Amino acid sequence: MAIKERMSGNEAVSYAIRQINPDVMPAFPITPSTEIPQLVSTYIANGEMDTEFIPVESEHSSMSAAIGAESAGARSLTATSSAGLALMWEELLLAASNRLPLVLALVNRTLSGPININCDHSDGMGARDTGWIQIYAENNQEAYDNFIQAYPIAEDDRVHLPVMICQDGFITSHAVENIMLLEDAPVKEFVGEYEPEEYLLNPGKPIAVGPYAVSNYVMEAKKNQEIALENSKEVILEVAKKFYKISGREYGLFEEYRTEDADYIMLIMGSAAGTAKQAVDDLRERGKKVGVLKLRVFRPFPAKEIAMALRNCKAVAIMDRCESYNGNGGPLGSEVNAGLFRNKTMIETVNYIYGLAGRDFTVGDACSIFAELEDMIVNGKEIEQYQYVRLRK
Amino acid sequence: MRTDITKITEKTPHDKLTEGLMIFEGATSKLFMTGEWRTNTPVFYEDKCKQCLLCAPVCPDSSIPVKDGKRLAFDMDHCKGCGICANVCPFGAIEMKEGNE
Repeated sequence: MAIKERMSGNEAVSYAIRQINPDVMPAFPITPSTEIPQLVSTYIANGEMDTEFIPVESEHSSMSAAIGAESAGARSLTATSSAGLALMWEELLLAASNRLPLVLALVNRTLSGPININCDHSDGMGARDTGWIQIYAENNQEAYDNFIQAYPIAEDDRVHLPVMICQDGFITSHAVENIMLLEDAPVKEFVGEYEPEEYLLNPGKPIAVGPYAVSNYVMEAKKNQEIALENSKEVILEVAKKFYKISGREYGLFEEYRTEDADYIMLIMGSAAGTAKQAVDDLRERGKKVGVLKLRVFRPFPAKEIAMALRNCKAVAIMDRCESYNGNGGPLGSEVNAGLFRNKTMIETVNYIYGLAGRDFTVGDACSIFAELEDMIVNGKEIEQYQYVRLRK
Repeated sequence: MRTDITKITEKTPHDKLTEGLMIFEGATSKLFMTGEWRTNTPVFYEDKCKQCLLCAPVCPDSSIPVKDGKRLAFDMDHCKGCGICANVCPFGAIEMKEGNE
């Protein structure tokens, strides 16, 4: 029986952590993810779970401790945001290259500067090339569901890579919404026990983790890691199928919302996808053929699948909640365009930067963007290919 | 999935390497001949040695084997020629000579 509740995104992820009851959680508080270690600590103090919680002195330490624990054979996790993730930078790469299936609950917040605590995706996008699998949520329900699917993906023999479960800071992490929770038993059964074949604290079977590799070996190791990331795509889909059986909720690499006959599609990630869907509903009532492609899995990047999904539309608005300072657009803009080109899908795209550091993104904004795409295609209006939404001019 | 690292060489294709280049075996450092790095080599004068055993514990590469309270000849497969032993010996029983031999 599903449990109907009201929860914030942080509460939902903490609830999933309690149900999974991992072995070790080192964590350091940072807004807006602080509640996750706080709530988990409360569950532990109340005897509702027996995870070993390690209060550490920084995020550099929390990721290092998680790596140590995971190498030792313990199912580990941590949570962080923004500068906390930035401080983990070196360790993020180590977690992935040492093929450790640990999980990180990322509550997306902007990176300095200017210093600000609100939502955008600069932290997660900054870690996009660290080798982690990244799964983004639209709301608290998805944050909860994605977290439950994280370990089965990470620990699969074809993968053995760390997974970042991302949700939008404050918008999702702190807003209380309805949620359907699963009971403890099916969650525990779904995630299972962690039984690694090889680990450090295994008497009589010593191993070496992270040995120095000379130049003759490094490229081969990196290729193997890249193959594991590619493999994770099918594993993510398999795990989603199994999750559907216990929850009734379907997940893919992305969600296509009213895109079937759409001329104009907004490609977006995270909580603003809900806003975009509302705009689509409103515009559909006025006879506009519009849709939303909500990207769920950013790493591995489903370039081919996205190109297939977009191939019949006339124009796409690629929405980046992050500036990447490459002088040519945001990270999604760059990757989607490259993916379309590689797959010979020659459709018009416009890259919009929106919602930086918690800037509002409204249904009206989304409608204006769809109108601009239409103006470009129907009237041949020239528009900026890379532009900021709601920028004061 | 134990690793036989004697079977892994610079010609091994990527799919035959271990995950994350982890080594699923113990004491494999013995197979790694760090002695090849040596540019200075310690020479042991047994007649000057008083068996005080100050040299053995300071060796960073465990290349001075000790048996029944007596030090034996250097393990030249692993000695990197750092010279710490020669420096610590009070009796001039170890001398560093240029070269690998």
